[in-house]
Amino acid sequence: MYGWEFPPFISGGLGVACYDLTKALSAYGEEITFVLPTMKGKDVDISHLNLLDSNEIRVPEIINKSKSKDISYEDFIEKINLIGIESALKPYITEKSYQEFLERLNESKTITDTIDIDEATETNFYNFSISGDYGPNLISEVFRYAFVAGSVAAEVEHEVIHAHDWLTFLAGVEAKRISGKPLICHVHALETDRSGVSVNQQIYEIEKRGLEAADQIIAVSYLTKNSIVNYYGINPDKISVVHNAVSKKKSTQRNDSVRKDPDEKIILFLGRITFQKGPDYFLEAAAKVLKKYPKARFVLAGSGDMVNRLIERTAELKIGRNVHFTGFLKRPEVEEIFASSDVYVMPSVSEPFGISCLEAILYDVPVVISKQSGAAEVLQSALKVDFWDTDELANKILNILNHEALRKELQSQAAEELKHIQWEKSAKHVIEVYDAVKNASDNKALCA
Amino acid sequence: MPSICFYFQVHQPKRLRRYTIFDINQSHFYESDEANSSIMRKVAYKCYLPTNELMLELIKKYNGAFRISYAVSGVAIEQMKRFSPETLDSFKRLADTGCVEFINETYYHSLAFLYSKEEWKRQVQQHNELMRQEFGQAPTTFRNTELIYHNEVAKAAEELGFKTILAEGADKILGWRSSNFVYEPVNCNNIKLLLKNYQLSDDIAFRFSNRGWASYPLTAEKFSNWVHEVDGNGETINLFMDYETFGEHQWEDTGIFKFLYALPEHILRNPSFNFKTPSEVADSYPVRDKVDVPYYVSWADTERDLTAWKGNYLQDDALEAIFSLEEKVYRTGNDELIQTYRALTTSDHFYYMCTKWFADGDVHKYFNPYESPYEAYINYQNVLKDFTQTVEKELMVQVA
Repeated sequence: MYGWEFPPFISGGLGVACYDLTKALSAYGEEITFVLPTMKGKDVDISHLNLLDSNEIRVPEIINKSKSKDISYEDFIEKINLIGIESALKPYITEKSYQEFLERLNESKTITDTIDIDEATETNFYNFSISGDYGPNLISEVFRYAFVAGSVAAEVEHEVIHAHDWLTFLAGVEAKRISGKPLICHVHALETDRSGVSVNQQIYEIEKRGLEAADQIIAVSYLTKNSIVNYYGINPDKISVVHNAVSKKKSTQRNDSVRKDPDEKIILFLGRITFQKGPDYFLEAAAKVLKKYPKARFVLAGSGDMVNRLIERTAELKIGRNVHFTGFLKRPEVEEIFASSDVYVMPSVSEPFGISCLEAILYDVPVVISKQSGAAEVLQSALKVDFWDTDELANKILNILNHEALRKELQSQAAEELKHIQWEKSAKHVIEVYDAVKNASDNKALCA
Repeated sequence: MPSICFYFQVHQPKRLRRYTIFDINQSHFYESDEANSSIMRKVAYKCYLPTNELMLELIKKYNGAFRISYAVSGVAIEQMKRFSPETLDSFKRLADTGCVEFINETYYHSLAFLYSKEEWKRQVQQHNELMRQEFGQAPTTFRNTELIYHNEVAKAAEELGFKTILAEGADKILGWRSSNFVYEPVNCNNIKLLLKNYQLSDDIAFRFSNRGWASYPLTAEKFSNWVHEVDGNGETINLFMDYETFGEHQWEDTGIFKFLYALPEHILRNPSFNFKTPSEVADSYPVRDKVDVPYYVSWADTERDLTAWKGNYLQDDALEAIFSLEEKVYRTGNDELIQTYRALTTSDHFYYMCTKWFADGDVHKYFNPYESPYEAYINYQNVLKDFTQTVEKELMVQVA
């Protein structure tokens, strides 16, 4: 399995999903080798394979605290084979942030020339790999990583290759070239979700190449399945939908102590402050809510390229006193903010799934989510709005603030519903996909 | 000599328009004329007009031997007047035949009995006047909203002078006893109780077009044979159902109209069977036993209780909010505000807020103009907020 990140280094929903999914798969007896880019190993060996000892991984605080009867983090880590590949890739990376990283590495000059994907032949890969340096730009680093990570397929026995999102799709394709085993591309988000109309063409091409090479695709929602069909021209029969879920643990109890006054209510946005997540709609709705409920406080937790613009807009709307930008929050802080919120809003413009709203429900927080989200497909006990309809968003937030009955019904029904949105169920579905591609490839071998 | 006793519920709520928190103080108009007119016209076209026509024909054909009864809610009649006057006319023609009994209910098809006996009485009275005015009948049979029943409902109906009351023949009421006899509510002496034969009623209302049902397809002959089996161990077979069964819940292409047309002929083939209206059944047969119902029953869902309208946080909160306004509303003496208040007690508003998704959810979703029960609650509360402010303003003006 190729992923981007693994606990304790988690920066977004994808990392949470990968961790919970592998955990549920391994509980069903699946043996998993998890390959991910890492910058932990300082001494890069020639093969660029860096086997991390499980003892090196710090057990995160969240999991330590939980007294659940689930298998412990340590036991679980022992069950899977974790392989870190030295690379400068990290989740949600952009060309800009990649270049900033290279600069920090004290590169003498910034190399900005891009490479044409169609010309990126195996020779290129080979060169990158023996040079031992990071690629001069993001895309070349992705190719370099793909080649090295893909070569794990020659070293480790496996039946199925499972790759998560575009950063690892090419590694999956390379692994399939080496071992001939079936490839599953698991789509958590697409470039068309992240960037709207201003799509990065190179990333789009990488996604398309992975999706076309895949024997089967797993999409986290029907919404995403439709995008894969419509924007990438993939045959819908090749796409299975497996919804995400949430694992049952929480470590923090509800905390109302942050309020100065019981009527003060906290409305939370949590996610990257980027186009995809719709934080600007959250802000517009906040201004409308504040006209009718002046004691509301709006928290935007996360970082991203829209922060400055939104701070300016907050000033323009004259609601700065009630709007708080926290910047990027670490896990324990995320839990704390969930536990002190009264409403969670996920106004995403395009959200393949949106696990964060399920997490909010774990903390008994009523949620308002956009209809343009995969989570809306599985969750009934949520209020749903079109992301652009800020009047309606304000209408719903205000009604939650004003009516205890609405809060209580949402809380009790959502808690009940969450019992059925579990990773065990999703993992079972993934295993069905594994079995199907294994059978198909066995049949192919027989015919040949 | 057993009787078939048909009773049909005819009701269309006055649905609310989409009303957001930003409409409060801006607009005091709450109803969706658009939804209400299009639904009334659609149901009239698919059900009321063709079924009424068929009933008239059957009444003529059997020369008075085919007899039926209706409870038509006041809000349904108001909407017929506005959006489908020909429907009301055809009900009037049915009334003129002398073979059709019109049953009294609350004008607004409301849940008033559960919260305010005074309000309930006023709405029953309002409906009683409407029946006299539109159909020239003074009803002696009472049926509470959605067959919601309790010993107290029977007692209150008896006090108003009703001679007959209808209820669901739920197993928990009857135990080993059969619904096919006339009963008397406990603590009552002047009112008789007719209980729905839910097996045979639901064979028509719910199972008629179900291809997975062992008895599919249901023919008039087959159904009549089941009815005739009652001969010797029953006196009345009470077939109570939504009138919209014909043509709307069961579409014309299921053969429901052909079934209905052929039914009297097959029933009457056995000469010991006849058709009677509820008050005629009550007059014709003696009370066979007392029935004690110290809890609420209804005909809704598999639970046959109140949980379709009441019991979750949303429903209870909304119900308490509307009924707590009663005193203020009447203090204004403003007739328009009083009518609006009453319309907001209609049971459907609370049915839309039901969150029992998983077992009975399908039926609730089908009849729900909202995307979710939460939307229903939010819309209702927004309307109620504006209405409350309007009432309070009116009282202030009167004081000043």
